[in-house]
Amino acid sequence: MSFTDKFRHYWSLTKPSQSGLLLATGLAGYMSARCPVFNIGAILNLSASLFLAIAGSTLLNMWWDRDIDAQMRRTQKRATSKGLLSENEVLRAGLILSLIGVGWAVAMDARYGLIVFAGLFFDVVVYSIWLKRRTAWSIFWGGISGAMPILAGRALGLGAVDWIGITLALGILFWIPTHTLTFSMKFAKDYADACVPTFPSTYGLAVTRATIAISSVLAAAAMVVAGYGIGMTWGFLRLLGVLSAGLLMLAVAITFNPSERVNFGLFKYASIYMLAAMILVVIEVI
Amino acid sequence: MKMTSRDRILLLLTALLASYQVAVGIDGFSALPIIAYTIGFGVLLIAALLIFILGFDVLDSPIVVIVSTIIPLSLAMGLVWQHLASFRTVYLLFTIVSFLAVTLTRSISMQNKLPVITIAVTHGIAGMTIFLLPIILSMQGQMKPMFALVGIGGALIGIGGLLLSFLKTGKPILSREIILRLFPILLLLMTAFFVAGFIYG
Repeated sequence: MSFTDKFRHYWSLTKPSQSGLLLATGLAGYMSARCPVFNIGAILNLSASLFLAIAGSTLLNMWWDRDIDAQMRRTQKRATSKGLLSENEVLRAGLILSLIGVGWAVAMDARYGLIVFAGLFFDVVVYSIWLKRRTAWSIFWGGISGAMPILAGRALGLGAVDWIGITLALGILFWIPTHTLTFSMKFAKDYADACVPTFPSTYGLAVTRATIAISSVLAAAAMVVAGYGIGMTWGFLRLLGVLSAGLLMLAVAITFNPSERVNFGLFKYASIYMLAAMILVVIEVI
Repeated sequence: MKMTSRDRILLLLTALLASYQVAVGIDGFSALPIIAYTIGFGVLLIAALLIFILGFDVLDSPIVVIVSTIIPLSLAMGLVWQHLASFRTVYLLFTIVSFLAVTLTRSISMQNKLPVITIAVTHGIAGMTIFLLPIILSMQGQMKPMFALVGIGGALIGIGGLLLSFLKTGKPILSREIILRLFPILLLLMTAFFVAGFIYG
């Protein structure tokens, strides 16, 4: 296999869109501290360490889940499922990237490094290895892991963990079910084939939709409160409120008038919402 | 009908312009106009994003008629509150009553022409307000000449509303394909005229 092909396979295994969104939350968290945002050195160090840690943990997840990925139609074409990359090679790459990412983070700042490590630990050990095949509630721990980059970024910028950082992290934590539960509804059969418990298969569609609605409300509330705490201008808070209203509207629609289309709409809108919220935080401080 | 990359770009630009207007373009106004414009441009923003995500099929939803009423009603309310102080209460009442009437007549199955008349009256009054008021104000010198762009935006809202209505009634004067091709362009132009009118007027 050529180097280019191998790089392409590894790149797709790091889930670039998801990793990019998590990296964006980390950068937004850092900038939200209103530290000197044009400190290019710090931003490059933050981006590199966080990206390596996120990419490393994603590779480790891919390595661990290769058997269930092979059973699910959506993930059958992954390089790990198709055997395009050897298991040991992916494990080694995941461990190396994780070690470099976390090590780099610790070298920059111990507190920051500890939070980055916590994110990796919750994602790989607690979510994937321990709980994913046992309980539908694994997504809660996956959510905690997803909330770590923004908390880490803010802790690095501020030099402390404060209530705003925790609220931003809660915003991500509550946003993740909106994203993952709509996904698990869309691919319910895939998860059932692989015997992975999900909210739809464990509690039914009605409870899943209600959970999505409640978590959307909490995510939107947390983001607006965090925005206020950061000191966002009223104009930006208005815009955040409008975007949050869109999220709530879709959450209500999926609860009372569910359909495949609304489900897909909420799934996509939730990603746009979070990206827009992060961009707003960054523009606000610039 | 499948959405093209051009359509997506136009919708994204519309969403960005509407976002700018909500976040920056209405700063310094009094409370009610800020609420009214936030609702109007906010609905425009969410609508552009939802069409971007879900495609043109979303326009077939029955709720579109109700949602598309919010935009002209709230923008007209904002304009009247800012520039026609003596009509504030009357127009606020008109806005609330006509929105409730549109929602009610579209939620209950009716065999008569009441739903169509309600929509026509609501869009007619709100549309004429957005179209004429900025043009008159700029001609009288009460506002800068560029404020008339808001009126052009109002005219484009009217055209967009007409095209949507034709699409919904199933008796379009233009084919569905042409209407949907034109729709993102109209949405962007309308938003651009509004934003430019507010900035330079």
